[in-house]
Amino acid sequence: MGDLKARIAKRAAQEFHDGDVVNLGIGLPTMCTSYLPEGVDIILQSENGFTGLSGKAEPGKEDYRVIDSGGNWVTYAPYANFFGSEESFSIIRGGHVDATVLGAMQVDQDGNLANWIIPGKAVAGMGGAMDLVCGAKEVIIAMMHTQKGNHKIMKKCTLPLTAEKVVDKIVTEMGVMEWVDGKLTLTEIYEDYTVDQIKEATEAEFAVAEDLKVLPAE
Amino acid sequence: MKNKMVTAAEAVSAIKDGDMIAVGGFLGTGSPEILMDALVAQGTKHLTVIANDGGLNEENAPTNGKLKGIAKLLANHQIDHLIASHIGVNPEINRQIAAGTLTYELFPQGTLAEKLRAAGAGLGGVLTPVGLGTPMEQDWLGNEKPIVEVDGVKYLLEKPLKPKFALVRADYCDKYGNFTMLKATKNFNHVMAMAAEHTLLASEKVYEIGEKDADEYQFSGVYVEKIVEGEKPWEI
Repeated sequence: MGDLKARIAKRAAQEFHDGDVVNLGIGLPTMCTSYLPEGVDIILQSENGFTGLSGKAEPGKEDYRVIDSGGNWVTYAPYANFFGSEESFSIIRGGHVDATVLGAMQVDQDGNLANWIIPGKAVAGMGGAMDLVCGAKEVIIAMMHTQKGNHKIMKKCTLPLTAEKVVDKIVTEMGVMEWVDGKLTLTEIYEDYTVDQIKEATEAEFAVAEDLKVLPAE
Repeated sequence: MKNKMVTAAEAVSAIKDGDMIAVGGFLGTGSPEILMDALVAQGTKHLTVIANDGGLNEENAPTNGKLKGIAKLLANHQIDHLIASHIGVNPEINRQIAAGTLTYELFPQGTLAEKLRAAGAGLGGVLTPVGLGTPMEQDWLGNEKPIVEVDGVKYLLEKPLKPKFALVRADYCDKYGNFTMLKATKNFNHVMAMAAEHTLLASEKVYEIGEKDADEYQFSGVYVEKIVEGEKPWEI
C-alpha cells in the first residue's frame, strides 16, 4: 500500500511545471513534493496564509507563528510571503493557483467531486476544499482507486458534492483518467493492471484512449 | 489621544450572554489567548462564535496538553452556536453537537473570510462561485440562498457576517491600535477586526505612538476599540 501511494504521488507530481503555484491536500498529496521532476521547482501555497511553504520544521526549531493548514509546524522558503485568509482565498479563487492535488471520497464521470462529508458521520467541515477546487486552474485527484473494495470513481456521486464539474485528472495506483472531448477516458495504465481490472474497480463509464500509455510498475 | 489601553478583564466585560463574537486564529495559531482566558473567567454563556475552527485541545498535538483559541470556550460550555469552516480537529465540537448542546453553521473558508470582509467594508454581500451544486446552496436552517447570474455566470449570494465583538491578536501594536501580525498568525484576525462593531486587540507588545515608524504597522488602528498587552509566544 505504501509503495502504491508513493506511485500515485510520483505520477501526480509529473503534472507540475517549473514555477507553478501549487496547493497540496493533507496526506498522500503532500508526498508529491518528494517526487518533483528534474528542473521543476514549485511554489507551495498554504491556505492558512502563505506562499512558499518549505517543509516540516525540525523538532526544537519550530516557529510558533508558522503552521501549515493541517496544524503542523513547518518552515518557509526565502521567497515566502505571508497574508491573511482574505488574501489567501483571493489567491485561490482568483485563479492564481496553477494546480491543486487532493484526495477524494468519490469522483464521477462528469468531474463532480465529493470529499468533505459523509451524512450520518461526525462532521469535519470543508475547510478550504470547496474554494480550492473551484479556483485552482488544474484539479488533480490523487487517491487509491477503491476504498475497502468500494467504488470511488462513480457514474454519479452519491455523497454531497464539494463542487460540480471541477476535476481535470484522476491519478490512482491503476492508472490515469482524464476528460477527452468531454468523456472520462483512461489514458495511462500501470503494467501490473489490465483494462478489465480497472473496469471492475470503476463504476463510472469510461473510454480507453487509442494511444493508451503503459507505465512501468517499478 | 483617547486611551484604548485596558486589562483583559475590562476588555471582555462588555461581552454579554448571547452575544455574537468572532475570534481570530487558525488551529490556535494567532488566537488571542489572554482574551479567551478572561472570557472563561467571566463565564459569559450562550455565545455565538465565529472562528475558522475549534482551536486545539489536549487531545491533539502540538499543544502540550493546553487549550488554544476557542477550545477554551468550548471546554467551558460557553458556546451555543458555532460558525466555522472546519470543526473536525477539536473533538469536543462533535461531542457537544451529538449531545444537542451546540449547533453549527459551516462555510467554505474563503467564503467565511469574505462574509466578514463584506461586513467590514460596507458591502451588501459577496457573489461567489464556491458552493454551487453543493449543500452550501442552503443555509443551516435549510433556506435556499439566492443565486445571482452576472454576464451568464451563476454565483451564490453570501450575506455579510457582522459580529458584535472581534477578539484578535497581534504581535505588536501602538497605543492607537495600529497593529502587525507576523507570519501565519494573520489568518482571520484582520477581517474580523474590520467586521465587528467592537474590536478588542490583544498584543504581545504595545509601543508608544511614534516609537516605531508608522509604516511598521500592517493594519490600521481605526478598527481597534480596546488594546490589551500581554500575549505570550507559544511554548512548543
